Amino acid sequence: MPEADLSGWTCPLPLRDYDRIVIGHGGGGQLSSELVEHLFVPAFNGTDDVELHDAATFDVAAGRLAFSTDSYVVQPLFFPGGCIGDLAVNGTVNDVAMTGARPTTLSAGFILEEGLELGVLGRVVEAMAAAARAADVRIVTGDTKVVNAGQADGMYVNTAGIGVVPEGIDIRPSCARPGDAIILSGPIGAHGIAVMSSREGLEFGTDLESDSAPLHGLVAAMLDAFADVHVLRDATRGGVTASLCEISNTAHLGVEYEETSVPVPAAVAAACSFLGLDAMGIANEGRLVAMVPPEGVDQVMDAMHGHPQGRDACVIGRVVEEHPGLVVARTALGASRVVDLPLGEQLPRIC
Amino acid sequence: MCLAVPGQIIETREEAGIPMATISFDGIRKDICLAYLPDLGVGDYAIVHVGFAISKIDEASALETLEMFRELGVLDDELALDEASDP
Amino acid sequence: MKYLDEFNDPELAGALFDDIARMTTKPWSIMEVCGGQTHSIIRNGIDQLLPDAIELIHGPGCPVCVTPLGMIDKALEIASRPGVIFCSFGDMLRVPGSAQDLFQVRSEGGDVRVVYSPLDAVQLAVENPDREVVFFAIGFETTAPANAMAVHVAEQRGLTNFSALVSHVLVPPAIEAIVSSPHNRVDGFLAAGHVCSVMGTWQYGPLVEAFGVPVVVTGFEPLDVLEGIRRVVRQLEAGTAQLENAYERVVTDEGNIAAQDMLAEVFEVCDRRWRGVGEIPRSGWRLAERYCGFDAEVRFGVSDIDTPESASCRSGDVLQGLIKPHECPAFGTECTPRHPLGATMVSSEGACAAYYHYRRLDLPVEAARTSDVSR
Repeated sequence: MPEADLSGWTCPLPLRDYDRIVIGHGGGGQLSSELVEHLFVPAFNGTDDVELHDAATFDVAAGRLAFSTDSYVVQPLFFPGGCIGDLAVNGTVNDVAMTGARPTTLSAGFILEEGLELGVLGRVVEAMAAAARAADVRIVTGDTKVVNAGQADGMYVNTAGIGVVPEGIDIRPSCARPGDAIILSGPIGAHGIAVMSSREGLEFGTDLESDSAPLHGLVAAMLDAFADVHVLRDATRGGVTASLCEISNTAHLGVEYEETSVPVPAAVAAACSFLGLDAMGIANEGRLVAMVPPEGVDQVMDAMHGHPQGRDACVIGRVVEEHPGLVVARTALGASRVVDLPLGEQLPRIC
Repeated sequence: MCLAVPGQIIETREEAGIPMATISFDGIRKDICLAYLPDLGVGDYAIVHVGFAISKIDEASALETLEMFRELGVLDDELALDEASDP
Repeated sequence: MKYLDEFNDPELAGALFDDIARMTTKPWSIMEVCGGQTHSIIRNGIDQLLPDAIELIHGPGCPVCVTPLGMIDKALEIASRPGVIFCSFGDMLRVPGSAQDLFQVRSEGGDVRVVYSPLDAVQLAVENPDREVVFFAIGFETTAPANAMAVHVAEQRGLTNFSALVSHVLVPPAIEAIVSSPHNRVDGFLAAGHVCSVMGTWQYGPLVEAFGVPVVVTGFEPLDVLEGIRRVVRQLEAGTAQLENAYERVVTDEGNIAAQDMLAEVFEVCDRRWRGVGEIPRSGWRLAERYCGFDAEVRFGVSDIDTPESASCRSGDVLQGLIKPHECPAFGTECTPRHPLGATMVSSEGACAAYYHYRRLDLPVEAARTSDVSR
């Protein structure tokens, strides 16, 4: 596993007694309190005063709440362009954002492996804090458990997040309509390939970095320009293929797209070539798929192109009435083929 | 059985007596075994399968083949024009 | 990627399609015996765009799907043993044995790991001296040199905790079995380009002579596959039967001698059962005597595992183009991509699996062809 760069990380007092997580850090006693008060709270709360108790309480604007949770078990913990920490923040921020809601508040639960270097935890927490600041969300509550050495692969993180859906916004798969344009916010595959490149047994050198990024700013810009966006989906596990197949299935409509319209960075294409993978099925952490009625496409595209996360947005296909539940790709040669949701994770192949 | 792709050798070395190389697939760099093509050097293109270079790419032949396809395209266009203009 | 992207050019592909259409005056059946070519054909939709008169029959070219049930069961048994690190190419993890697949073995506590190169498995053996590392050595001749090197290196380094479960298959005997069958419908063959880059093209001359069928050594990108098909059709229309090399930038007549030398040292020819086809004499490789200490079958005592193939499976007939997938009684009912009975449904590019996808789109292409062929 690639080593985290721990140079320059200073261990807050009085955690310095230990340089690794021990079972006691999850026990609810002094060690746990110290971890919370001297590592998590300063990172997530800055210098604000906070009263620690069983749950966080705060006011929300009246309205419909969007609520999402995700657990992060990525291996290795650190990979080109990011780590489990920023994934954990951006992933949940993005899930909430896909409803059109503005994410505001997160929780963070940690399951730590006994023996995990404190510096590794410190770096991850720092990354989460930085991602939260960049996304303008607050991590207000959390939990820590420690499990025996050999479990949790170093650490697992769970985040849950909420946001209020603006009045009049209704974005979900069954809102898709025949004729909707399918827009992809940018080039695909960088995250999955970057992570794979550091994975034991598969290591390869690349300049690719994870595209992990919060997307709610992009979504807000899109909705400002045109409120009647029908569907939004962040193309994470399973890539764009999974997004299209799931939406097509839920909406019971057909999806058609042109393979030549999908932007794939040369390095992603090359990695997929030598491993036998399909770029459309590779995970992204900063890309979304949108389905927009024809009358809104121009405004939405302009808004996306004007935003850092949407500069390379493009139309890749359309929603159709035909073949409901099936996604059909038009190949570069002009043939059509059905694209299926793979059974599980894509694996490198020889055949 | 056949997933093998072309890459360019950017470095050669020996590891534990076995000829090895770093190959670049459009910037993706992978360590591969050169034992079956020990005469290949930096700059050469090879077909790589499961971490082994198994065949050198004859670059001149590649260009000839592409040229042949392009000529076929021209020929096809001419034939199509002839057919279209035949009464 | 250089020397890859140029051979995907849709405009040049269009010219090749046009040329094939122009020269085709009769129905022809062409078989490719290579999973990689099948993948390219289906992925790019090449079979959809060829003239109706040309039928592509997807041969038994995927070493993953032709690995017999018994061999998968041996792999599963070994992978379940405590202390074993079972290494495999990714393709094999989902191939079902009698009761489960390697993924399920992993979920039950087996240490199953995907490797990209067989040398990675050797490295695992070096790094884990207290564990038994077993490598699932499958593949056609393209993969065999890599697998051979792994065993050779293990021997050189004196590793006592490394072994290989060998299930290699050879292409020429498969082609011979197909073309010599009294029910053969195949008019011409695309030979597997990467297999030939290792073995050369010389093995196919005698087949062409003996059976009078054109054989064209073919690559994998769309332009390469189309050129292979074009040359076969050109020969069939002219009534000739010759060996041609349409993948000259990679394949030479003699192949890779260094690889062949290693193959001759590490492996010896044996009879092999092919899933869905049955036993083809002298169609496989096993470890040569000098290396038999690395044979996982012996080390783990699984040689006796012998699982009969499904009685309802008609993969063999599909592979030879004798029946269409939907004509098999088990198709879509007892046999689906999720619960495959045989080779052609195991792989996502197997004829039955591919057909399963097309049928849902109600593409009439395959169904129309059955009535086209006038032989």
